[in-house]
Amino acid sequence: MSESLIFHFDVDGEDFTSAGQASVQVKKNLRRLGISPEIIRQVSIAMYEGEINMVIHAHGGSADVVVNEDKIEIILADKGPGIADIELAMQEGYSTAPDSVRSLGFGAGMGLPNMKRYTDEMTIESKVGEGTTIKMVVKL
Amino acid sequence: MTVSEICEKCGFEPVVLPEAEREVNGGYIGDLLSWVMGRAKADSAWITIMSNINIVAVASLTDVACIILAEGVTVDENIKNTAEAKGVNILSSSLPAYETAVAISGL
Ligand SMILES: Nc1ncnc2c1ncn2[C@@H]1O[C@H](COP(=O)(O)OP(=O)(O)OP(=O)(O)O)[C@@H](O)[C@H]1O
Ligand SMILES: [Mg+2]
Repeated sequence: MSESLIFHFDVDGEDFTSAGQASVQVKKNLRRLGISPEIIRQVSIAMYEGEINMVIHAHGGSADVVVNEDKIEIILADKGPGIADIELAMQEGYSTAPDSVRSLGFGAGMGLPNMKRYTDEMTIESKVGEGTTIKMVVKL
Repeated sequence: MTVSEICEKCGFEPVVLPEAEREVNGGYIGDLLSWVMGRAKADSAWITIMSNINIVAVASLTDVACIILAEGVTVDENIKNTAEAKGVNILSSSLPAYETAVAISGL
């Protein structure tokens, strides 16, 4: 691969039950490219956590996955409420998820920590009232 | 040991087994999805009482060998169809989660 490949997805903020479709599609695409199962697992879990967060906390957004020769970048952008205290949000167990999604098994406050765990680099840019952009890199 | 062997030997009910011959290595018990994604290893048997559609995506992305629904929990047709399409094995055990794990480890 000499040129980078880009996969773009719009993440629907209303449709909770189909959340995760972008991540599942990315998994398929990466498999077709011959990427190793362990890398695919890291990328798809990190992306799913971010996708679900956009659905639960930000009324949806967009996801871009860029596959380069030496790394995979995941960029998640939303125009949701933003994160006031990023350090607090990154702590294991911190969650503002409503009861309606807790009953589905979300809201453990482990999503952002998982995104960090499964990627080599992660940066969060967020402004209250404007939105959040999360960039993650998994090295190949 | 394969998913179908576990199913048969432990007397679990096969809900959908699109990848019945998949090898199982280890297990993880949990209902909070982000814990599962953070801790469950690929190829393990994931034992849970969660039964909503999101378990299929979590199982697929985490690359576990199968979902085992404990406590006789059932899933609806839509979930079965999605699991079949995504190659996610689902079994159902009438036992609680702990006894389900004990049954598997005794094989
Ligand atoms: N895209 C986002 N926009 C606004 N707030 C967010 C966003 N992503 C995360 N947050 C905030 O950060 C908190 C922690 O996120 P994290 O993903 O770790 O946990 P969670 O989504 O609440 O639960 P879990 O991921 O375990 O199901 C959230 O509860 C929410 O307050
Ligand atoms: Mg989350």
